Amino acid sequence: MTTAVAEKPVPNSPKPKRSKWGKLLRRFLRNPGAMIGMLLLVLTVVAAVFAPFIAPTDPDQADLRARLAPPSWLDEESESTHLLGTDQVGRDLLSRIIYGARVSLMVGILSVLISMVIGVILGLIAGFYGRWVDDVIMRLADVQLAFPFILFAIIVMAIFGAGLWKLILVLGISNWVGFARLVRGQVMAVKEMEYVQAARAIGATNLRIIYKHVLPNVMSSIIVLATLNVAVNILLEASLTFIGMGVDPSIPAWGGMLADGRNYIETAWWVATFPGIAIMITVLGFNLLGDWLRDELDPNLRA
Amino acid sequence: MTTSDVLLDVKGLKKYYPIKSGFLKKTTHYVKAVDDISFSVHSGETLGIVGESGCGKSTTGRALLRLIEPTAGEVIYKGVNLASLSDAEMRRKRKDLQIIFQDPFASLNPRMTVGEIIEEPMVIFNLYGGESGRKQKVARLMEEVGLKPEHMERFPHEFSGGQRQRIGIARALALEPTLIVADEPVSALDVSIQSQVLNLMRDLQKQYGLTYIFISHNLSVVKHFCDRIGVMYLGRMVELSPKRELYQEPLHPYTRSLLSAVPIAKPKAKRERIILSGDVPNPANPPSGCAFHTRCPDCMDICKVERPSFVPMGNGRYVACHLYTNGGG
Repeated sequence: MTTAVAEKPVPNSPKPKRSKWGKLLRRFLRNPGAMIGMLLLVLTVVAAVFAPFIAPTDPDQADLRARLAPPSWLDEESESTHLLGTDQVGRDLLSRIIYGARVSLMVGILSVLISMVIGVILGLIAGFYGRWVDDVIMRLADVQLAFPFILFAIIVMAIFGAGLWKLILVLGISNWVGFARLVRGQVMAVKEMEYVQAARAIGATNLRIIYKHVLPNVMSSIIVLATLNVAVNILLEASLTFIGMGVDPSIPAWGGMLADGRNYIETAWWVATFPGIAIMITVLGFNLLGDWLRDELDPNLRA
Repeated sequence: MTTSDVLLDVKGLKKYYPIKSGFLKKTTHYVKAVDDISFSVHSGETLGIVGESGCGKSTTGRALLRLIEPTAGEVIYKGVNLASLSDAEMRRKRKDLQIIFQDPFASLNPRMTVGEIIEEPMVIFNLYGGESGRKQKVARLMEEVGLKPEHMERFPHEFSGGQRQRIGIARALALEPTLIVADEPVSALDVSIQSQVLNLMRDLQKQYGLTYIFISHNLSVVKHFCDRIGVMYLGRMVELSPKRELYQEPLHPYTRSLLSAVPIAKPKAKRERIILSGDVPNPANPPSGCAFHTRCPDCMDICKVERPSFVPMGNGRYVACHLYTNGGG
């Protein structure tokens, strides 16, 4: 009995303080698709961040004696020392792919951040204020959409020259419409909710209503769209680099490697194939994660 | 109980919604959601506003607080016409005028914790000198409305409907207002919870000296809760009367038919039920003259032509009906 006396009364709220992030993590661990997606992304991110430590050789070091060397595990004479083979000037493909992750991730993520900032701000304004403001912004969006992206990219690159930062900017500027439309639609629904009227009733300014009550309630859709857009932009970057309108050829980029390899596809299939697989892995990773987030972040489905 | 000093004086309040049609979006006519309503609210009383759905009672409540901008009319609160204030001036006035919403699931931001929701009005008005002072006030408010302060960090979806309505009440009380518009505060709740919330509201009224404008479609609830009652039909107020007189001797034919439809707890009691024929007319195209004449059992010729004005009948009673202005049929 002494122990029972010594025991303190159980506090009124013994609920384990599991935050919403804790719950999210638990559900994440139970979802194979999300796990695979995350694994692929971690792979890409680690490659990008630690490239100098992982890459077996310098990605720009050419070895003319080992031009178009096959992957070492396929080489019957076992002369090749390159795990994924070499390209037409004898550069190690694995090293170039690892360094190429930097370009892809940087372009994908930064360009989406730019589109997101532009699109979300314009979408919030259009959806919240409505009337002529909405008309102006949405007509602007129509104009933007009507303008072919590739043409826009080519014009910019032709005037200012190709380059990593210009590519990021071009992608960022031309993809805001998706965010603006999504956010506008959701804002129009959210601003009719009673809690927005409640916020007005307690004296909140429009600015406060937008960032405290409207934005948090559309944020999950924004995150989902952003994740999926990163995948799209990585593909666009690869395409533009492939046609020579993207990243400077001196920087190892997957799109450029793909372009180099297509001339040798019959004799040395690995030159084009492995960068292609790298693109696929990264895009798949973002898509799997994006799909999971879409299912998960819908507040109506949350328990 | 009821004192005679007027806290809020509403004069000729109107809210028209334009209906646009045609290629050039020309305004062809209006839905008169609230059409020329006048009444006053005395300090410390509970004024009930009843009427069937779509009659404009919620719109009236929100137009008073300018959550919906009124088309015309004056709302004079302590000598200041709220309808003519600038947005910034109106925001400052909101400290005194609060609202409790009908749907406790839609009126709380799902992304904010209960503590944040109740604290927000104090943050906006920068009260209680900083976060720790405000948190103490939040805990006190939660206790007052019957919630556990430990639940401050929880989200609205973790609470039941009745508890959520208590959260909404705590938020409305946070600024210590003088007037609260309660827009059907219990009609979304289970019957067993309704009386709890009503009793809480009554206790708070005594404690804070609150004045309520209580909007409801439930005549039993209104009878239990209000001092005076205004009856609305199709955007207009047809009768306004102290509770006792209204229930004993309803003047307007519409009020009579409403009261005859209230269930009473004596199954064998004999009484006359007045069944209205037809539907509520389309508010975009209301009948001429008295809006009620299409369904009125006592309809006269003049009712179809001339709109009756809202006239005092003595004893603080008002009615808009030709039966009383023209000496009856």
